[in-house]
Amino acid sequence: MKKTNPFRNRDVISIRDFTKQEILDVLKEAERFHKGAVPHEPLKSRMMASCFFESSTRTRLSFESAMQKLGGRVIGFSDAKATSTSKGESLSDTMRIVSNYADVIVLRHFADGAARLAAQVSDKPVINAGDGANQHPTQTLIDLYTIQKTQKKIDEIHIAFVGDLKYGRTVHSLVSALTNFSVRLYFVAPPSLQIPKEPLQEVKARQIKFSQHEKIEEIISRVDVLYMTRIQQERFTDNIEYQRVKGTYRLTPESLKRGKKTLCILHPLPRVTEISPEIDAMPQAHYFQQASYGLYVRQAILSLVLS
Amino acid sequence: MQQQKHQLRHVSAIKNGYVIDHIPTGQGLRILALLNLAIYPKVITVGLNLPSKRIGKKDIIKLEDRSISNEEESRIALLAPGATMARIRNYAVIKKKTLEIPSEITGLLRCPNRNCITNYEAIDTLFHVYRAGTQLRMHCTYCERVFHQQDMTDLSQLA
Repeated sequence: MKKTNPFRNRDVISIRDFTKQEILDVLKEAERFHKGAVPHEPLKSRMMASCFFESSTRTRLSFESAMQKLGGRVIGFSDAKATSTSKGESLSDTMRIVSNYADVIVLRHFADGAARLAAQVSDKPVINAGDGANQHPTQTLIDLYTIQKTQKKIDEIHIAFVGDLKYGRTVHSLVSALTNFSVRLYFVAPPSLQIPKEPLQEVKARQIKFSQHEKIEEIISRVDVLYMTRIQQERFTDNIEYQRVKGTYRLTPESLKRGKKTLCILHPLPRVTEISPEIDAMPQAHYFQQASYGLYVRQAILSLVLS
Repeated sequence: MQQQKHQLRHVSAIKNGYVIDHIPTGQGLRILALLNLAIYPKVITVGLNLPSKRIGKKDIIKLEDRSISNEEESRIALLAPGATMARIRNYAVIKKKTLEIPSEITGLLRCPNRNCITNYEAIDTLFHVYRAGTQLRMHCTYCERVFHQQDMTDLSQLA
């Protein structure tokens, strides 16, 4: 008997809505696209609405490219000013209208929870491409896919998150997803930017081992994955403090000497100074690969939702 | 017994209406504000900081000829979980229940996260309620953030 696809017509709103098995199923589908083991143009004549109320070059182009490579077509906008919301129309009304024109809606919005609301009012599946500071589930799935590709597994890995752990949406989502696996977590940040209580409570509730640190040197020899993030200057009121912290978390070839040979460095990009450009050519650097995997993961999600 | 008689003198019986009893002390005045009773023209009897065998000290409110809607009951339950609410007809209790916080609260509370979509659009908020030790936590279905009960604002208070 043919197995039914549990993702068909399903909304992709939050990584918290996924079970461990569902995450692994999406990664498996992404692997198929990565290997090219998929039928030609499986989404021919299907339409994706790309609704970006907030600018995002990387995510938008990645979704649009994924849909077109699947044989589908794309309509949409990349600026809220070009929509009727500038005339005062609600998001709910805009989403109801758009759902008449497309088979799937990809939504980026500045408000937390916008995608959940859109999914409620639209009769077509909604894929969250980032809602304010809340969720960005496809980015999390890309992070997980990269970890799986480089480490050949997700269970049992030791992963350190470094930099701005307080405001980083990608960090919170990935930590949440990793609580489905048996992993060891390290949080490396200045006290003012340490991981907030909420994601930490999820970690504790699942009895995942973790520790908090201020220096990369304390953990570099123990970890399999180093997840770097950008320290955002605008978060600091004191520029001297920013300069001090920024320097602390600058990875150089020298700082990697104590790390494992198989160490994998990830970064959701854009990076500024936290990873020295000399590292780009080293085997530990996987952040550009990570960005390139976005296409396969988004092809997998669109294909699962629309097949 | 002497104390009870003394208490009865101050919080007299009502003929028809509702008695909200065993209100945690301090919440009685908040319930009065919540039910907008400052302009209620009929008899309201209020007792504050009365001795209680069950909770040590309590507040009590008696409302003459006033009904309480399901929505108001949910709001009172949020302020005073464990309080009892008795419906009175002809001086007799005809229905009594202990107020419990529902596991889901729809449309009553404002999300404290200013960037939550519920603060931009005309939609009902939805919170899942759970206990963390002795405290209550409210999880917003939309922005997925978790709040302490004391961070929450009743929407009726913002009107």
